[in-house]
Amino acid sequence: MRVVSVALFVLAWQAGSALNAYVQYLNPILAPSPLDMLWAGYDEAVKGILWKDIGASLARVFQGFALGSLVAVPLGCAVGYFRGVEDWIDPIVELFRPIPPLALLPLFIIWFGIGELSKVLLIAFATFFPVFVNTTEGVRSTDPLHVRAALSLGAGRWQIFSNVIARAALPGILVGFRLGFALGFFVLVAAELIAADSGLGYRIQESRNFFLVDRMVVGAVIIGVLGFGFNLLLRRLEEFLLRWRSTIVQATG
Amino acid sequence: MGHKLEVIGVRHAFRPEIGPEPLVALERFDLAVDDGEFVCLLGPSGCGKSTVLNIVAGFIAPTAGRVILDGVEVRGPGRDRGVVFQEHALFPWFRVGQNVEFGLKMARLSRQERARIGDRYLDLVSLRPFREAYPKELSGGMKQRVAIARALAPDPKVLLMDEPFAALDAQTRRLMQDELTKIWTATGKTILFVTHAIEESLLLADRVVVMSARPGRIKAELAVPLARPRSDVAADFVALKARVQALLREGEAETAAGESEERAADR
Repeated sequence: MRVVSVALFVLAWQAGSALNAYVQYLNPILAPSPLDMLWAGYDEAVKGILWKDIGASLARVFQGFALGSLVAVPLGCAVGYFRGVEDWIDPIVELFRPIPPLALLPLFIIWFGIGELSKVLLIAFATFFPVFVNTTEGVRSTDPLHVRAALSLGAGRWQIFSNVIARAALPGILVGFRLGFALGFFVLVAAELIAADSGLGYRIQESRNFFLVDRMVVGAVIIGVLGFGFNLLLRRLEEFLLRWRSTIVQATG
Repeated sequence: MGHKLEVIGVRHAFRPEIGPEPLVALERFDLAVDDGEFVCLLGPSGCGKSTVLNIVAGFIAPTAGRVILDGVEVRGPGRDRGVVFQEHALFPWFRVGQNVEFGLKMARLSRQERARIGDRYLDLVSLRPFREAYPKELSGGMKQRVAIARALAPDPKVLLMDEPFAALDAQTRRLMQDELTKIWTATGKTILFVTHAIEESLLLADRVVVMSARPGRIKAELAVPLARPRSDVAADFVALKARVQALLREGEAETAAGESEERAADR
């Protein structure tokens, strides 16, 4: 059903483009058909540009995502677990959270240069918040009864953390990962549009300079497909890791 | 040889969220339980019976008084006191077997040793075939049986049970009561069991401790001299039940009178 829906959409688009080519309502160059795009994409793939761009973009997202999560998960656990830490860290996080990451892009470029570092750090910054917020929520959602049960079965502090709190927080952490990854992707492309010499966002911008509309659309479509694919992958991972659970928790943040 | 478990002069007061006066949940509470004895704490909700259990378990520290287990004063929760809660409190992310073996894992027993003891307690509650299932796949009664096996597996000195069957339907509850009697007979554990159901206390216990509310204290203690297995329709059972009912009703009248006095004093 879902596949048919997508197929029909692509067919309608192809038909629309063909009709446009006939009546010349828009300049056909401005409205590429799916077939045109397939050719453009094939061309880029054969020349090896496509793989280089995808590789460059994904490398940035993964590095930034890993860096952001590496800070967000331990900090989120500490904030969710210790009241004292919460009072110190939470206000600062809440102060930075409303700032759209892209507003900081020019600043990051001045600080960290136009190379990889500024983009990776920006993605890390963007990833941090959803992962952090969902981790603290997850830790706080721990059932106190489970902690009591573990205590009466002889668990120590660290054993309670690894056997109870970390497990109870996992659903929240995974939701944070999914949101963080999507946001990282979002920020990445925007950063590449403005300042980069490789990557999918850069390719769209460069194609614009040469008025290659079909290639601009190809870039966008590939970003869409990648985002869709990774979201699906993370959902599968969630289903596997949380197979003990009967319901899905709602995302926060 | 003294008692297995002793609660001596326990008082528990806490500051409620509204109102300046501290609320006294327990006052001068004394209880002694012998080795292998099955004791029920019976009382209306709010009489502090669960507070007693939580203090014995070490989850809350009493304002005054002591809890002594095998001659050693209780400070905080520990594996020498197994606890079964009203909501099974199984770890949903662990399989049934892992839940039962949790206390053994905390004690750093080897995998083989854990499996051996785990199997024994799974057999005790007849759930060995469900070793690899997750708690969500079990019925309420089965979950509570796993919870009992989990609490017993580390071989605690006493088993503390806080209204463990209150959330189950009537039929399942009846089955669980028989099952618990069997488990108690088989293991010879000392059990302290909290309930608000008169029948349940008379079906299970050697001795019923009847509590009254505000402040929670012991109103009466009575031995249950009935042979097991017990029937809730036998004449002596019904007679005993009527006695306890009368005892509790007396308590209710007192509390009601006390409450109206309090209200009058507020004005």
